[in-house]
Amino acid sequence: MSAQPVTSAFVTVTVNGTTYEREVDARRLLVHFLRDDLDLTGTHIGCDTGNCGACTILVDGQNVKSCMLLAVQADGAEITTVEGLAGDGELTPLQEAFSASHALQCGYCTPGMLISATALLRQNPSPTEDEIRKALQGNICRCTGYVNIVEAVQAAAKGGE
Amino acid sequence: MLLREVEYARPGTIEDALAILGSNPNARALAGGQTLINVMKARAAAPDVLVDLNGLDELRTIGIGGDGSLELGAMATYSSIMQSPEVHSTRPVIAEVAGMIADVQVRNRGTIGGNVCTGDPTNHFPPLMVALGAEMTVRGPDGERSVPAEEFFLGVYMTQAGPGELLTRITVPAPDGQGDGFAIVPIGRDGTAIVLAAACVRANGTIQEARVALGCVDAVPVRASELESRLAGSDPAESAVREAAKGVAASLDPPSDVHASADYRRHLAEVVAARAVVGAAGKVRR
Repeated sequence: MSAQPVTSAFVTVTVNGTTYEREVDARRLLVHFLRDDLDLTGTHIGCDTGNCGACTILVDGQNVKSCMLLAVQADGAEITTVEGLAGDGELTPLQEAFSASHALQCGYCTPGMLISATALLRQNPSPTEDEIRKALQGNICRCTGYVNIVEAVQAAAKGGE
Repeated sequence: MLLREVEYARPGTIEDALAILGSNPNARALAGGQTLINVMKARAAAPDVLVDLNGLDELRTIGIGGDGSLELGAMATYSSIMQSPEVHSTRPVIAEVAGMIADVQVRNRGTIGGNVCTGDPTNHFPPLMVALGAEMTVRGPDGERSVPAEEFFLGVYMTQAGPGELLTRITVPAPDGQGDGFAIVPIGRDGTAIVLAAACVRANGTIQEARVALGCVDAVPVRASELESRLAGSDPAESAVREAAKGVAASLDPPSDVHASADYRRHLAEVVAARAVVGAAGKVRR
């Protein structure tokens, strides 16, 4: 990445195992890069103000809100979006648990919820209910289906995500 | 949202970062970006150049200085502070407070340097750094200088780290028979503060010395000097501390907003100050 100011730059990012090289404007948010340039529309834009967490993705293993990062900042990064969780069409135990526990109503927050819960379970495979709630604090469900979401994460933890 | 057109640089050295900041009057340092990107969306800030500090690994270090002090790189994230053995062994209150900020995603990106340099009167770390007697290392084109936290905050969104300068390090003195405490009344769990207080207390049966700083009651953190002098030589029990805190906020002129009237903030200031002091006294390590 350029050490001197530029208005656009070539970025190389690995998203869900595929490496992409694209030229992007410096002002482009990472979430728009993923959705509009790479056509990975599983990452949602909810509030666009950094509050709702619908745009949460993993960048180098950490869950972050992609509406508060510039695409140029992701140069060299390894990214996982919701599309990258299931390998070969096989849902992860967490995704299965979301389905079985009815942890989604409208589904808008689900990609972000899955990413944050995945990050939690990788760090802490047996979280308490309080730890799950604290880990999902940055993800808002407007249907207020939190009880089932927490249950799904607990079920996935028991089943060994 | 589409941001206004902006130039972006990711320098690899502090010198390069300072050179770009110094040669562009409307350049801004980009730390964690958890505030700046959002105010840019709202057009409340419209920098021409963003100088991304995320390539400066030397600003991310957390270590113990030769005198036992805790040295926090300005780009240390809240998450890295929460996990740092150096923070837990010296000033665990800093890790505790980092864990109260926003949510996991914000803590993974947000930095302690960004928190203090934003100079938002509702931020957690400015009063804590004042209570702990931290020193802020500011680097500019003419070299480095050290500013006590108490003098670092100048006004709303204004600090001693001026245009063309960078905060590089925060040095927190090694604890010397003190305990630290923090208390907050936020808007929802881990939300924006309505009032907060930080305290650093030296005690041995009785309180010998207390430093207490209040947040959200003025443009910058306010030392509760009257409370500090009342506490010297007094009983650290909760009832005694609450009694000492009575009336100490009377001279404050906090803002009124939808969350709290000025009167209510004055009341809360005394409550959280007492809670922070009691918490600090309970953590004194002998």
